[in-house]
Amino acid sequence: MTVESTAARKPRRSSKRTGSSAGKAVADPQLVQLLTPEGQRVEHPDYDVDLTPEELRGLYRDMVLTRRFDAEATALQRQGELGLWASLLGQEAAQIGSGRALRDDDYVFPTYREHGVAWCRGVDPTNLLGMFRGVNHGGWDPNSNNFHLYTIVIGSQTLHATGYAMGVAKDGADSAVIAYFGDGASSQGDVAESFTFSAVYNAPVVFFCQNNQWAISEPTERQTRVPLYQRAQGYGFPGVRVDGNDVLACLAVTRSALERARRGEGPTLVEAFTYRMGAHTTSDDPTKYRADEEREAWEAKDPILRLKTYLENEGHADEAFFASLEEESETLGKRVREAVRAMPDPDRMAIFENIYADGHALVDEERAQFAAYQASFATESDGGFAAGEGK
Amino acid sequence: MTVQKLPIAKAINESLRKAMETDPKVLIMGEDVGKLGGVFRVTDGLQKDFGEGRVIDTPLAESGIVGTAIGLALRGYRPVVEIQFDGFVFPAYDQIVTQLAKMHARALGKIKLPVVVRIPYGGGIGAVEHHSESPEALFAHVPGLKVVSPSNSSDAYWMMQQAIQSDDPIIYFEPKRRYWDKSDVDTDAIPGPLHKARTVVAGSDLTLVAYGPMVKVCVEAAAAAAEEGKSIEVLDLRSMSPIDFDAVQASVEKTGRLVVVHEAPVFYGAGAEIAARITERSFYHLEAPVLRVGGYHAPYPPARLEEEYLPGLDRVLDAVDRSLAY
Ligand SMILES: Cc1ncc(C[n+]2csc(CCOP(=O)(O)OP(=O)(O)O)c2C)c(N)n1
Ligand SMILES: [Mg+2]
Repeated sequence: MTVESTAARKPRRSSKRTGSSAGKAVADPQLVQLLTPEGQRVEHPDYDVDLTPEELRGLYRDMVLTRRFDAEATALQRQGELGLWASLLGQEAAQIGSGRALRDDDYVFPTYREHGVAWCRGVDPTNLLGMFRGVNHGGWDPNSNNFHLYTIVIGSQTLHATGYAMGVAKDGADSAVIAYFGDGASSQGDVAESFTFSAVYNAPVVFFCQNNQWAISEPTERQTRVPLYQRAQGYGFPGVRVDGNDVLACLAVTRSALERARRGEGPTLVEAFTYRMGAHTTSDDPTKYRADEEREAWEAKDPILRLKTYLENEGHADEAFFASLEEESETLGKRVREAVRAMPDPDRMAIFENIYADGHALVDEERAQFAAYQASFATESDGGFAAGEGK
Repeated sequence: MTVQKLPIAKAINESLRKAMETDPKVLIMGEDVGKLGGVFRVTDGLQKDFGEGRVIDTPLAESGIVGTAIGLALRGYRPVVEIQFDGFVFPAYDQIVTQLAKMHARALGKIKLPVVVRIPYGGGIGAVEHHSESPEALFAHVPGLKVVSPSNSSDAYWMMQQAIQSDDPIIYFEPKRRYWDKSDVDTDAIPGPLHKARTVVAGSDLTLVAYGPMVKVCVEAAAAAAEEGKSIEVLDLRSMSPIDFDAVQASVEKTGRLVVVHEAPVFYGAGAEIAARITERSFYHLEAPVLRVGGYHAPYPPARLEEEYLPGLDRVLDAVDRSLAY
């Protein structure tokens, strides 16, 4: 269901508003869905996608490879190669669907869990692992893929996305910006402020909230008494809830929101209704706070399985496709494993690098003291302390 | 006498439990403090025993947590709020600095703000960004706030009791990498004053001042120096605002040398304040300039470099040697 702002959106497909065409059932109108958990294609009055079999296979491939990468990262954490991992398991459709809706010139502001979106942007997955291994705090150039650094402080990036979008609008460009955040983040003041700013300035930004039902141990009811997408109404822009485990619906809804932004009609809030299948991070123990049955119920709505069923039923993919994808997955897993194991520890002098763009006298002084102190261990002759330091 | 060997995390947990049992106005608020018992399990089991009305899982909004704690305090409650990690206190910094710290003064003393803000702080746990910082100076710099940090389980227990009983807002920094270190807690003891320093190791050649996670490092440094025949006194400051300058002064006037150690960057850090005050108070007793060992003027580095960044035994001993060389 779409909540219209007072300045109403242009109806896109008004001729189809009354529903089903032959052979397609109508889904729950509260939730934009184009592919049911059973893999059945359904109609929605406002949203649709028209994809070739090849494009459908592409989305499937993206999700499978993302899941494989994610599983590898979890394993690498267990093996001690990473300090931490935040798994996206279960959220592949939300991330691939929205990620594939983007144009190259669009700009993404992620949280720390957007590995699937990073994949769509062409960020090398091994680059994502540096911060989880503890060798850097980001490690990629945001501008090379229009994919900003992961943001750990909850909600902050929604304001950055809004400001970036304000800049896009000032430049007269028709790019759009997308900000990812979670159900928990929706409570942050920064997120509320980003809604206000984007609405007031009509900024070309899409707020993509993955409601995975949990913020660590807190269920969504701890954050809101109305469905999250309805929050948008109060700020004066549309909100829509999409089946976050349906890659087609996520693609359609995000595309439409991005187009709306490009047309200068301002922000949209997309709530992708999904589920965090794993622990919050590898440090978390969900058995402390949630029941297995809940997870099991969501397993039946798996985003990858339903697309697989659809591809098979429609004859869009054959055995050979699945087999070669399996092989590609293994290759990716191996590549990631090897890359992580080979990732060197940073040079200790990196502590003092890139703190300022224009330099800083104290940093220079401390860098020199640190180097001298380190050097003192190499040459025992000076008695173990840096000559001249502090005098 | 009931003495138990407890990890610091458990000592705080027991202290919170005791406070909630004795005073129905004590509330616990924070992210994941309920069923989960906090990400470090400091509030483990408390919601089960005291209910959701007293152990409150809040929405994910730190400004909201502290702001509503202020309101609850105005209504007569004594909220103990948890900030999940040091780096996440900043959305609440505005409420803490502009409201919590100043309200008592603005009301000419007519209202009290008995709010405790618990913050696990410091590095050494191999965490990602924002999970290893030591922002205590940013709070100690603010008039109206008191800032403390325990270094052992007994202090963790008793300082929490005293913080909750205090009518002033207190920022209670918990040394997260020491959460699992066990030491004795006597729950029947009569504790000393909250803001007094404690001599951990007596010595005569040099004074090491530390608090929170660095006390352990300084005690080890004193032991290592003792093997070389140097007698080091270690003072656990316990309170960064107010600071027990009398205790530091007395020690320095005995030893003539002072090294201050903390994880936080030395630039504008607690060590700077101590160095300045002690220089004023004890200038003619000092045999060497006051030295500081601490973090650099650099963002807390990625985990694989944190051992290089954190003051360890070698860096403390290096400063001890430099001071003694004067
Ligand atoms: C400002 C801030 N407070 C607390 C945290 C600790 N924390 C990390 S993730 C998280 C829960 C986030 O939940 P949600 O926004 O739903 O995203 P999800 O993890 O489910 O993807 C919390 C409380 C943080 N990173 N930043
Ligand atoms: Mg969530």
